[in-house]
Amino acid sequence: MFELTKPQKEIQKAAKDFAKGEFDKELAYELEKNNEFPTSIWKKAAELGFIGIHFPEKYSGGEMGLFENSLIIEELCRNDPSIGVAVAQASFASECIEKFGSEELKASYLPRIAEGEILSGGAFSETQRGGDYKNIQTTAEKKGGQWVLNGRKTHVINGSQAEVYVVLCKTDQTSASIENNLSMILVDADSTGLSAEPYGKKLGENMVKTAVLTLDNVSVPENKLVGKEGKGYSQMLAFLDDSRIIAASMALGNALASFDRMLDYIKGREQFGKKLASFQVTQHKVADMATKIELSRLIIHKAAWLRDKKKSDSSLCSMAKMTAARTAMEVGAQTIQLYGGYGYMTEYEVERFYRDAKIIELRDGARDVQKDIVASAVIGKIK
Amino acid sequence: MGILNYTEEHERFRQRLIDHIEKEIKPNAAKWEKDKIVPKEDWRKMGEKGFLSTAVAKEYGGPGLDFLYSVIVSEEMITSGQTGLAAGLHSDIIVPYIEAFGTEAIKKKFLPGCVSGDIITAVAMTEPAAGSDVASIETTAVEEGDEVIINGSKTFISNGINCDLVIVAAKDPGVESKHNALSLYLVEDGTPGFTRGRHLEKMGMYAQDTAELFFSDCRIPKENMLGEKGGGFIMLMQKLQQERLVSAISNVKAAEFLLEKAVEFCKTNEVDGKPLSKQQAVKFTLAELATETKLNRALLDQVIKGHMEGENIIAETMMIKYSSSEMANQLVDRLMDLFGEYGALESNHIAEHFRDLRITTIFAGTTEIMKTIIAQAMGL
Repeated sequence: MFELTKPQKEIQKAAKDFAKGEFDKELAYELEKNNEFPTSIWKKAAELGFIGIHFPEKYSGGEMGLFENSLIIEELCRNDPSIGVAVAQASFASECIEKFGSEELKASYLPRIAEGEILSGGAFSETQRGGDYKNIQTTAEKKGGQWVLNGRKTHVINGSQAEVYVVLCKTDQTSASIENNLSMILVDADSTGLSAEPYGKKLGENMVKTAVLTLDNVSVPENKLVGKEGKGYSQMLAFLDDSRIIAASMALGNALASFDRMLDYIKGREQFGKKLASFQVTQHKVADMATKIELSRLIIHKAAWLRDKKKSDSSLCSMAKMTAARTAMEVGAQTIQLYGGYGYMTEYEVERFYRDAKIIELRDGARDVQKDIVASAVIGKIK
Repeated sequence: MGILNYTEEHERFRQRLIDHIEKEIKPNAAKWEKDKIVPKEDWRKMGEKGFLSTAVAKEYGGPGLDFLYSVIVSEEMITSGQTGLAAGLHSDIIVPYIEAFGTEAIKKKFLPGCVSGDIITAVAMTEPAAGSDVASIETTAVEEGDEVIINGSKTFISNGINCDLVIVAAKDPGVESKHNALSLYLVEDGTPGFTRGRHLEKMGMYAQDTAELFFSDCRIPKENMLGEKGGGFIMLMQKLQQERLVSAISNVKAAEFLLEKAVEFCKTNEVDGKPLSKQQAVKFTLAELATETKLNRALLDQVIKGHMEGENIIAETMMIKYSSSEMANQLVDRLMDLFGEYGALESNHIAEHFRDLRITTIFAGTTEIMKTIIAQAMGL
């Protein structure tokens, strides 16, 4: 039960080898500095089947599960968290199309995403802080066979780079209940009235652009509705399960990226006549980090395994995201500390991993949001 | 609650400095962060207004003010939006070596410039293979007639590019005992054999011109030695204490400053139709962070007082240095969660503080070294 199957081990090795062959420290530095997406690496990853591995084969997918996707993401991010995240999020929000879209929509978009032809983006939140999917003011009105959308979305991942966005919007202007007034609609980036304004430099993850999306009377055909009209919120929640497992996998890879390098460093660096790894306190720190990484991996695997068995546990997905992201932060901080002054220099990479880890922790709701979800599931309805 | 005796004069000085920061520093902060250096002219402006080397005695051109003026400078500079004009480092960490250990001639030659800002200082201890283990430095200083010849390389040196004068820790290769081999020397910018290496690129503190320094058969007059030959280690141990205290002052102020900003944000930012600050978890987070900050402030003020009264407070100084740095990092991390994805945008400056604070658990003595010294002071 706790061992990977042979196909899973092969996928893991393939991803690891791919990253080893293609990812480059100097390239990562340049891309991050210039806010550039790793386009050629993304396309190669798609060619080798690493994008959309969890899509059905008829849509150019690998017919595997989110578990296998998680393994790939972990390995890519382990080699380089910034490049890994960019590649992992190339298909952001595509799970909405895969889970709920019509055959027509799936056939139209999923292959292009899996084959590395287009990036997808998610336009969900509207608040300054992000991570809030309840207070949606963006409207979509039916007018003559079209949906006409008006509104403003914040923190859109792949904003200004994606060719298609999944937009969470209000389709029932009369109902006040999010249980039936929200829908998901696909909007192509070249739609008239759609504009994207990138935020500029962030604390981390600068290979991925995030943007404000403004929709000004954007008109899309009715068949761009994803799933059921009015069921946007419950669809969003189901998507968030996947998204949180993916985020947790990115965080796990990030933690391992720091951890691997830290181990190498402390075995080589000497002060006071001995290797850093010889100091007891350092050893105990390593033990703490190794334990947290192990815990993170176990909870991610369970969440992904349940999801692939169609028994996705939202609370567990939140726990996984929260745990793995915090682990990446703690391992990242300790790694910089153990590197000493070098840890603060961009030349040594690890400071970038720590900055990237914070972005993951803030994404899709920081710890407080995840805790609300877990508490709600565990405590249940309070009479 | 404050136990420090700030007088009206102190407060007038503080207000003058706040005004200077508003007019002369904040408007330039973004440019300095982008250029990764502060123009020397702006150091001179600080000096002209009497904000540098406030402790230097009147006979050497300084105002001869008490340590509380130094505290004020370190505190207010934290709010200046940039970290390059490292006034506290220059005035209260480096210049004290010159004033305490320089000959009369040296003091008269260099201290007035340190006060006016015409001389920006640096101190070069760290080397690629010797950080925490300062005693293991390899830079050599060999006496030859009237001169001392320095050879070696230093790294992570603050004010490395701008410095007009650098204190270099170097050892006599002929002395066997590590702790007796070290001496401190003054090297002026422009001395043949003294060159800059790379202007180092860092996670944060962008405006600070941290650099590598190289000494290749660099000849300086014998008179440029500070204190006794072989007394380097003792001088460092004496003066590093104030370095740690100055570092702690900045950390505690940074925490107080950020907490204030976070409270403002939480009161105005709404989630589900009501301000963030109405959520119980947010209230408790802010209460916890306020408590941690207050605890560190309390110990800090005690240590400042003890420091000014000449008490033996080695352990307490190490405690407040490491405690304030760890606390400030945890604080900015938790505050970042409150700001959410908005906080991660560099345009909002919380991210800048997040990046700037990460080094504070490492420089001026790592947390691990602080704990080692505390344990020693406990007789362990």
